[in-house]
Amino acid sequence: MKKTGELLMGKDPFEEILMGNEAVVRAMIETGTKVAASYPGSPTPEMAAAILSIPEDQRPFYFEFSVNEKTATEVAFGAALNGNLSCAFFKSVGLNVALDSFVQLSLMNITGGMVVVLGDDPGANSSQNEQDNRNIYKMSRVAVLEPASPKEAYEYYKHAAALAVKEQTIVVLRLTTHVCHARQKIRFSAYENSVPARTNFNQANGPYIALTAMALDMKRKSVQKLKRAGQYIKQTGLNKEITSKNSRKKGIITSGLTFLSVLDVLELSSYQPDILKLGAVNPLEENIILSFLNSHEEVLILEELDDILELQIKALAYDHGMKTKLKGKTEDEDFVGEYTPDKTMDKLAALWPDMVTQYPLPPALPFPVPQRPAQMCPGCGHRSAFFAIKKALEKEDVTVADIGCHTLGYMPPYEMGEILLCMGASTGMASGLSLFNDKKRVVAFLGDSTFFHAGLPGLINTIFNRHNITLILMENGTTAMTGHQDHAGSVIPVENLLKGLGIESILSCDTYNQSKLTELVKTSLGIKGISVVIAKHPCMLKFTRQKRKQPGFIRTHVDIDPQLCNQTHDCVERFGCPTFIRKPGGSVSTHPDLCIGDGSCRQTCPEKAVVFGKEAK
Amino acid sequence: MKPFNIYIIGVGGQGIGLLSQALLRGIDHAGINAIAVDTHGLAQRGGIVVSQIRCGDPVHSPLILKNNADLVLGMEIHEALRGASLALKKGGALVFLDVSWQPLPVRLGQSPEITREDVIRACGAVRAIPIRVETGTLSDTRMQNMALLGAVSKHGLIPGVDKAHFDAALEDLLSGDMLKKNRAVFDTWFEEGE
Repeated sequence: MKKTGELLMGKDPFEEILMGNEAVVRAMIETGTKVAASYPGSPTPEMAAAILSIPEDQRPFYFEFSVNEKTATEVAFGAALNGNLSCAFFKSVGLNVALDSFVQLSLMNITGGMVVVLGDDPGANSSQNEQDNRNIYKMSRVAVLEPASPKEAYEYYKHAAALAVKEQTIVVLRLTTHVCHARQKIRFSAYENSVPARTNFNQANGPYIALTAMALDMKRKSVQKLKRAGQYIKQTGLNKEITSKNSRKKGIITSGLTFLSVLDVLELSSYQPDILKLGAVNPLEENIILSFLNSHEEVLILEELDDILELQIKALAYDHGMKTKLKGKTEDEDFVGEYTPDKTMDKLAALWPDMVTQYPLPPALPFPVPQRPAQMCPGCGHRSAFFAIKKALEKEDVTVADIGCHTLGYMPPYEMGEILLCMGASTGMASGLSLFNDKKRVVAFLGDSTFFHAGLPGLINTIFNRHNITLILMENGTTAMTGHQDHAGSVIPVENLLKGLGIESILSCDTYNQSKLTELVKTSLGIKGISVVIAKHPCMLKFTRQKRKQPGFIRTHVDIDPQLCNQTHDCVERFGCPTFIRKPGGSVSTHPDLCIGDGSCRQTCPEKAVVFGKEAK
Repeated sequence: MKPFNIYIIGVGGQGIGLLSQALLRGIDHAGINAIAVDTHGLAQRGGIVVSQIRCGDPVHSPLILKNNADLVLGMEIHEALRGASLALKKGGALVFLDVSWQPLPVRLGQSPEITREDVIRACGAVRAIPIRVETGTLSDTRMQNMALLGAVSKHGLIPGVDKAHFDAALEDLLSGDMLKKNRAVFDTWFEEGE
């Protein structure tokens, strides 16, 4: 099998098993997408990985990791104004960051066309919430296509691009986590030579300034554009009716992965309602919905997260005096979590108990399986940092978290970072917490990628308004949580930037130097106003992977010297590296598969019983 | 072929991605329809990773209904038990690596460590076949996934898919030295595994 990059670039038609995210990249190539910009975030980072698997000199389009999602959107928009089909892609909550620019886009005549690929995360698998971005699309007046599978993700991107180019507008491709990450065999089409890059921005294609009365005219045009998008959706047959021979006049309107859940449940059912599968969730194709309602006595609108389709369809039915019984969300839980086949089965069984054949579940285990929360990797510099910082803090001090691997510091045994909102929010929250607060000292954590993404305004506010906080900048040199993407710190050193902001107290050390870090944090806490401690250590997951590839690499690990070990358990209970194993009876050993031999744990043992492998007796 | 569901569970860093892809491609080489899905998210940070494969006809969603997996692959003892509890079907099969990566509550002394006997007992409760895979002799533990694949192939646990299909799958996914090493482990556990 060819390597992913080579495969994606193949000119001839081919059939291959690919992930949804990878299939979208092939569609980008086939449609002549010329510029793509992104900020990494699950569930879409594999799109960037697929793009980067194509060598830069062969890549048919420009790609960048932008500093955040707002900038990515703006870069893609700017490139599209030059006449290039462009694409921005990022995760669900990334749209909140991009929103100020995003809501303007439907007002603009985007000459090259623009597709925004957004990965929603029902079930909050890797996000701080499971927000339903369909709420935002309605407000932003953009057309939205929603595939159910990797195969559809590939096809729908092509539809989205065609519509965006035709109407010189923005179109959203709405993916969800298990569409992004599903794999299946897909037949891909051929494509012509890559399209030329264009630089023909012309103000006459505008207006591009939405001020006062102009904003209203532009809005009128965007209403018209969305109507025309509706016609395109109708012509291309993106919304489909799947009829059954024994529907008993019942129907289900659904979309996305929930559609596949419904199909699986109906395989186990005594009769099968007809299905109207919506491939376009904004704007709704009214005629096909009305005709579906008209031909059924009872229709369930089944959608995960919010009741966006339900409210619109109920309003539509009311306006047309429909007599069809309409069912939708009834319980609080209907608004929560992914509509997996299990959840769909429960929902259908509750509504139509005669239809679904539920099978008996086996008895639950007589004892629970211990939870396995995510945690920092063996050798992680953040672990050393938290272990050291904890020693510098008083119990009543307040610690504020931000987004990144270091968020995991809230877990035992560290329990630091007590409040979390979103990217870059820690310094702002910490500033508020510091007001009227003379007794409790307030500490904010912030990762380096997040610092550039959204951390700067909060920090500048802290300086400008003279708030009294200590910022601990956790610098690991990469965007670790999402798979080690580069960030601006490689060009703009964090420390230079902090100095440039006029911060007087900037202390810095490697986190493996735990006692020094403890001292620096103590010093910093004593300073009135803003003070910063840069707690740096390279991401050891990335570092170890690179090291393993070098010739002559020898694996090392630490052991516990049983002669010296006094079972104080600092290693396993307070430092908490997953390498340490607690044996029955209380003795401790190390796990050779997990230990990377970094030795950062050795200083935590009062008995000096943690020794490098070869030193062990 | 009627629908056949495979639920793979392990800890981030154990190589579940390659195992899942090798199974999916093996099934595809056997000419069987299939769809799969991985959970990513915080997978790299020592959390639980799950991969699901559904093959045969008709299958739609890549997600398997609760306790409806014909085959559960547990890459670690605690996760094997979790897989048995969440996914294993009555009369199914559970293949598990006999390795332990203690989860946090066990390391903190808040919860007892799960043993292989617990896993075997859980299988008994649903009349499922437990198959234990021992990898103590393996020098590079990152290839434990191949031992598991070898055991699946040896016992012919996926109807219609045989060793040649998995060989072809590994050739698709790996090359050079990596292919040679992984294949050697796969072959060993196919031929001699317990």
